[in-house]
Amino acid sequence: MDKKNLNDKLVESDKTQKVDSEKRDFLFMTTTGLALAGGAIAAWSLIDTMNPAKDVLALSSTEVDLSPIESGQSLTVMWRGKPIFIRHRTKDEIKQARNVLVDDLTHKSLDEERVKKPEWLVVVGVCTHLGCVPLGQKVGDEKGEYGGWFCPCHGSHYDTSGRIRKGPAPLNLDVPPYEFVSDEIIKIG
Amino acid sequence: MSSEKNELKGVTGWIDKRLPVFTFINHNLRDYPTPKNLSYFWNFGSLAGVTLVIMIVTGILLAMQYTANADLAFDSVERIMRDVNNGWLLRYIHMNGASMFFIVVYIHIFRGLYYGSFKAPREILWILGVLILLLMMATAFMGYVLPWGQMSFWGATVITNLFSAFPVIGDYIVTFLWGGFSVDNPTLTRFFVLHYLMPFLIVGVVGLHIVALHQFGSNNPLGIDVKSEGDTIPFHPYYTVKDYFGLGVFLIIFFGLVFFAPNFLGHPDNYIPADPLVTPAHIVPEWYFLPFYAILRAVPDKLMGVILMFAAVMVLFVLPWLDTHKTRSAQFRPYYKQFFWLFFINCLILGWVGSMPAEGLYVLISRLATGYYFLFFLVILPILSRYENTRTIPTSIAASVLSDKFGNEKTSTENI
Ligand code: HEM
Ligand code: FES
Repeated sequence: MDKKNLNDKLVESDKTQKVDSEKRDFLFMTTTGLALAGGAIAAWSLIDTMNPAKDVLALSSTEVDLSPIESGQSLTVMWRGKPIFIRHRTKDEIKQARNVLVDDLTHKSLDEERVKKPEWLVVVGVCTHLGCVPLGQKVGDEKGEYGGWFCPCHGSHYDTSGRIRKGPAPLNLDVPPYEFVSDEIIKIG
Repeated sequence: MSSEKNELKGVTGWIDKRLPVFTFINHNLRDYPTPKNLSYFWNFGSLAGVTLVIMIVTGILLAMQYTANADLAFDSVERIMRDVNNGWLLRYIHMNGASMFFIVVYIHIFRGLYYGSFKAPREILWILGVLILLLMMATAFMGYVLPWGQMSFWGATVITNLFSAFPVIGDYIVTFLWGGFSVDNPTLTRFFVLHYLMPFLIVGVVGLHIVALHQFGSNNPLGIDVKSEGDTIPFHPYYTVKDYFGLGVFLIIFFGLVFFAPNFLGHPDNYIPADPLVTPAHIVPEWYFLPFYAILRAVPDKLMGVILMFAAVMVLFVLPWLDTHKTRSAQFRPYYKQFFWLFFINCLILGWVGSMPAEGLYVLISRLATGYYFLFFLVILPILSRYENTRTIPTSIAASVLSDKFGNEKTSTENI
């Protein structure tokens, strides 16, 4: 007998032997359902191992002493593997940052909303275009047309509030969560 | 074989015409005609396949967190255990998966031995299987070195030093294996790379193993050839469901170990960082190497010990030419059956003495057991092949299944 016949026979025997097809469907559905649920849980447990581990999350806050930074100077610190730009702004720079019409900005945001104390600007030093680190922290660096930072990768210009003014980047430099734990010390994260 | 071909339609059909993957799946996992009398011993091939996949998946995820550097490896494994999300689970699956893999493969091999699955026309299938075993041993050995604990380090030292037994070139080989003058960072780095590579070689050989299998189809508990389609049933749904059920039972045992006794099969000394200045008092390999380790220690001569240990595996390659008896299944070979079970128990004894210190009575037992191990292959099998008379063999699988069911005549023919 060839295979087709065999299969037909089995189908036939299902009929003649009065297989409880409702019970069979029930078993089939519950088995498949349970296997899928188990598979999904297993898959998630495994994939989750690739998310940040506990020791990585533990690195998520940094304290910085601001006292050595003179007016007009900048400091770069690391937080979560990224550079944080801290600039002790001069009176001029603050004025520059505040004498701007919000409507002229690509990513509208007031300088007052971006700082806790006017003389201290704290931003994430990662260009919002494709992630390069903009220039402007070191003394001889090009600071761009707006006196803040200039990203050499594809020419984005940021102002003294870290806002995007010209170039392909869509957003202002991010302000990380931070607080003043004392007059001269901030805690980032 | 099959007269009508399932016509595939739509996108599946379009693809299948150009790249016959669906026909391939259909042919090998659906219609594939399989002897109707397979027992649960035929589940272990698919279990081995599933375990291999589990090992590769967990291994790749472990490798994303592991650091292959002698100064950092141990801590990176501890970090996996403590800090990585579900890292403990990942590592315990991989650790116990290695053990489960060997349990499954050993049962698979004993099955083949009992039912004569290595005999014509399945010799190459068998040889590929032994090759997989060898690759698995190398992979597991090198994997065990990676956590860089005391057992890792001293296991690596002892096993690599085996090669120093070879006259003249021995020392050069060992230095070459180490990439230095002791087991150290270069050794660890290369072991990691090879440990990553070899499972994929195993996948390749498994592929060939299956091609060879499907050439003649599965053997079966009667050890007789499929004679007509009445002897077979389609793989799907009959054996898919049976494999699936077996997988469920297997996973319960596997994860029972992972969750309730994850270190039961391991050695506590491997949670001590490697120290090149202090050898642990009693070093033993992982349980799956114990029988071979026992053979190594049974012999008082260094070179002979090493040779016999390797020979214990290599002899499996030539098994089809040692046991040339026409009848496959031990069911019909009264003497072979008894020697087989003795051989099986002998392997357990070897495993047991392998875990004991090499002194006193244990040495004697290990020598006797080593003696029987080789006697079985090199003397008993060839003799039985010539002189053993078989019991009556059923004419076909279908006939046997029917006579089992209705309790009448077992049709007989062959008598050798
Ligand atoms: C044939 C399949 C495999 C076997 C038999 C095997 C065996 C082992 C063993 C016995 C260990 C030591 C476990 C311990 O005590 O911690 C281990 C560790 C390891 N294996 Fe595998 N393995 C396999 C496949 C893989 C694959 C495909 C990868 C990655 C590509 C991998 C990556 C690792 C890593 C990174 C470790 C060190 C972490 C640890 O010790 O848990 N393994 N393996
Ligand atoms: S990444 Fe800064 S301009 Fe493109």
